[in-house]
Amino acid sequence: MHRLALPLLLGVALLSGCAGNSLREETSAVRLRGTGDLGVIVERARGSVAIVDTTTRSILGRVEGLGDLSHASVVFSRDGRYAYVFGRDGGLSKVDLLTLALEKRILQAGNSIGGAISQDGRMVVAQNYTPGGIRAFDAGTLEPLADVPASYGKDGARSKVVGLVDLSGNRFAYALFEAGEIRITDLSDPAHPRTDAYAAGKQPYDGLVSPDGRFYLAGLFGEDGLALLDTWQPQQGSKKILANYGRGEEKLPVFKMPHLRGWSIAGGRAWLPAIGRHEVLVADSKNWQEVARVAVKGQPVFVMASPDGRHVWVNFAFPDNGWVQVIDTLTTQVVKTLQPGKAVLHMEFTPRGETVWVSARDDNTVSIYDTGSFERLATLNVDAPSGIFFTSRAMRTGF
Amino acid sequence: MIFLHAQAAVAATPEELVHLVRQDCGSCHGMTLQGGLGLPLTPSALRDKPVDSLVATIIHGRPGTAMPAWKSILSEADAHWIVTHLLEGFPEEKR
Repeated sequence: MHRLALPLLLGVALLSGCAGNSLREETSAVRLRGTGDLGVIVERARGSVAIVDTTTRSILGRVEGLGDLSHASVVFSRDGRYAYVFGRDGGLSKVDLLTLALEKRILQAGNSIGGAISQDGRMVVAQNYTPGGIRAFDAGTLEPLADVPASYGKDGARSKVVGLVDLSGNRFAYALFEAGEIRITDLSDPAHPRTDAYAAGKQPYDGLVSPDGRFYLAGLFGEDGLALLDTWQPQQGSKKILANYGRGEEKLPVFKMPHLRGWSIAGGRAWLPAIGRHEVLVADSKNWQEVARVAVKGQPVFVMASPDGRHVWVNFAFPDNGWVQVIDTLTTQVVKTLQPGKAVLHMEFTPRGETVWVSARDDNTVSIYDTGSFERLATLNVDAPSGIFFTSRAMRTGF
Repeated sequence: MIFLHAQAAVAATPEELVHLVRQDCGSCHGMTLQGGLGLPLTPSALRDKPVDSLVATIIHGRPGTAMPAWKSILSEADAHWIVTHLLEGFPEEKR
């Protein structure tokens, strides 16, 4: 692998170690760079991440030893330098994108599904299946700050936590799969977390917050519809939207749970995966009424609007996971059907959306598509790639 | 990739089944089968469950849970092979 970033990490070391010397003298010998065009790709089988440059469309290096990344997600420090990788095995790893090094790694739970970073960037929070709950850590040191169990019912059983997102004021919203609740935990004083619970519906499987941080949506697996909570007025409780979208028809088997994030909301509409139907549901994001539904090739997993909202890209659960479809948001029609490779797991747009990167696990490739022409521009070799995460997420609520 | 037989006529190869279980069952049960949204599929977790009911769970799913029916993908013979090997400690994928 190329290690283009190596010169610059020397630069970092020199600069931090020689504060009294002339800056110009130090920088003349080294190559500095920013991180706004960097990202990571999870290599799920080998427990590593590839660090990539979206300008040169190349792999800068690889950081290994991150544990079980068979389900992994990533958030970024607010300066865009560090990636926090949440692994299936409860591992939380802090990776330096400039030095291509694992800075710190802890095992914070038995079984984890992802995480979030606070509005002020000072804490990262993991969402856990075992033990069910959320845990907060200092973003600098990964020292534990708070442990909030997702207990429910009379016997205090622990629910699996899904759909964790950051809200303003260092609050976090998430959903409880077994308990059927949305919870908001205020971690502004991590020593004294305060949690409020709101009934959501049967088996929330994931959640998202609107890009402005106001509306939290929990997708429901156990019933048709999503639970919507206005986090500016949470005392009003959650309400059901897109209820009964299945019209009582028998559901098709769901071989992989869809994933929700704030990319669903674009151009005044929310683009959402149906459960057990091969459809993308479209709702008006003012009144949350259904305005359209789009027939697609399979059970949608990721339904992602491009940054400009011009198109929505969709990938699918097994056995339709070799396809990607593109929906025109003006016409709500599928305008392109692509076959990027075997077992397409994830897509990520470059910050301003001129390309989208698409991982194909069983082909060991990440393909880079032009979002205007839908042409494949480049293909990178990556070992069993799953999630692709670019540092532009650092600047976005809900990522 | 796995080749999907609506009928039980053509069984998948062991290699295909190992890939399916590790990668696609692994979406919910974890690639190491230690569990996730779905329950663990380790020998100790499955020890007390009858083979027939495990096969039926794969083929018909478990209504009310997230476990789908795999009958459009797997034959009974495939499911039986999977259950037998889960109980023994499931093979790793050759990479």
